[in-house]
Amino acid sequence: MTTDSQLDLWEVFIQSRNGSHHIHAGSVHASDRKMALQNARDIYTRRGEGTSIWVVPANAIAASNPDDADMFFDPADDKVYRHPTFYTMPEGAKQI
Amino acid sequence: MDHQNTVVRPNEERLSKFEEHVGEGKAVEPRDWMPEEYRSHLVRQMSQHAHSEVIGMQPEGNWITRAPSIRAKQILLAKIQDEGGHGLYLYSAAETLGISRVEMIEQLQTGKAKYSNIFNYPSLTWADIGAIGWLVDGAAIVNQVSLQRTSYGPYSRAMVRICKEESFHQRQGYEIMANMMNGTADQKEMAQDAMNRWWWPSLMMFGPHDGESPHSANAFKWKIKRHSNDELRQKFIDKTVQQAEVIGLTIPDPDLKWNEEKGHYDHGEIDWDEFYRVIRGNGPLNKQRIAHHVKAHEEGAWVREAAEAYKTKQAQKYN
Ligand SMILES: [Fe+2]
Ligand SMILES: [Fe+2]
Repeated sequence: MTTDSQLDLWEVFIQSRNGSHHIHAGSVHASDRKMALQNARDIYTRRGEGTSIWVVPANAIAASNPDDADMFFDPADDKVYRHPTFYTMPEGAKQI
Repeated sequence: MDHQNTVVRPNEERLSKFEEHVGEGKAVEPRDWMPEEYRSHLVRQMSQHAHSEVIGMQPEGNWITRAPSIRAKQILLAKIQDEGGHGLYLYSAAETLGISRVEMIEQLQTGKAKYSNIFNYPSLTWADIGAIGWLVDGAAIVNQVSLQRTSYGPYSRAMVRICKEESFHQRQGYEIMANMMNGTADQKEMAQDAMNRWWWPSLMMFGPHDGESPHSANAFKWKIKRHSNDELRQKFIDKTVQQAEVIGLTIPDPDLKWNEEKGHYDHGEIDWDEFYRVIRGNGPLNKQRIAHHVKAHEEGAWVREAAEAYKTKQAQKYN
């Protein structure tokens, strides 16, 4: 058995229809971006699931640490005034 | 991805947090802390699942050149291509647990990792392609539907995608069986023969009875597994009996009968000696399946080498 390379790891993001976000679908192995796009197409969009694909080298992604999640997202925790429900609207005002 | 844990908690505290999280029905993601046993259980199960998809391409691939019509050939090709895709979704999901694809393939080729026993049986006639789609994919679907709610996020998401694709697999198989049962006496006999050979191995796909299932206690506690082997097997039997009746096939089990009280079918004893004989490598085709995988892998090595060489050359050009 030869120990050979399985090529580089790329993360795949697919836009399922025009106007929507690209959403992470999984990963593929490929040696370059063109191969990564073709492999992603063959693996993740065999039934018209996509209108656009992004591939990103897996090692280029920075991710937040789940252990630090409480601390990391803390700045948003005490700012209720960022939500429309925080405000008292005068009685009788419409369409606001 | 860089992986730095800045907050270090003792393992016991982490374990109880983990179990609480899983107990609430929440998903575990690749960078979350998890017990080593959870990780290793998933690596074993997911890689075995991926290998099954890939090795499962062989018995069907055996009939591509002999498919009875262009329509049948196109369908079979698309089905097998899906199975290759399923293998890749699952390898991709397993890689998030820190095992590389090279390692997984090596474990398959050296026999350290298993794949589903069912693919060690030969596909002898065209009716076997019908039986595989209907029964083997049918059994796999019951298992995979249950796994859509498994606790590990990447595995669960791969299962959702796979289940969407599987229903065509089962229907194309059932259609083949139905057509043959509408055909000549020889065709009917061929279909029944395939049924006779694939029924019991399909029931074995769910694994040993609950009392003898080696890895299940933590798998339930950590919600990797949501239903027991026997529960899933029963579900498969209950829905398949009617489908067989509709097209006039007999299920090769004289003890099979409806149990009014339980609301399920009772079935005959499964031949576990055969199951363990095949799992230990003495099935009809164990050696051939792996030899074929090694051959295809080695014959493809030059493609991977060429791709790497091209990448290096391109990098030199633009730097
Ligand atoms: Fe599959
Ligand atoms: Fe399938």
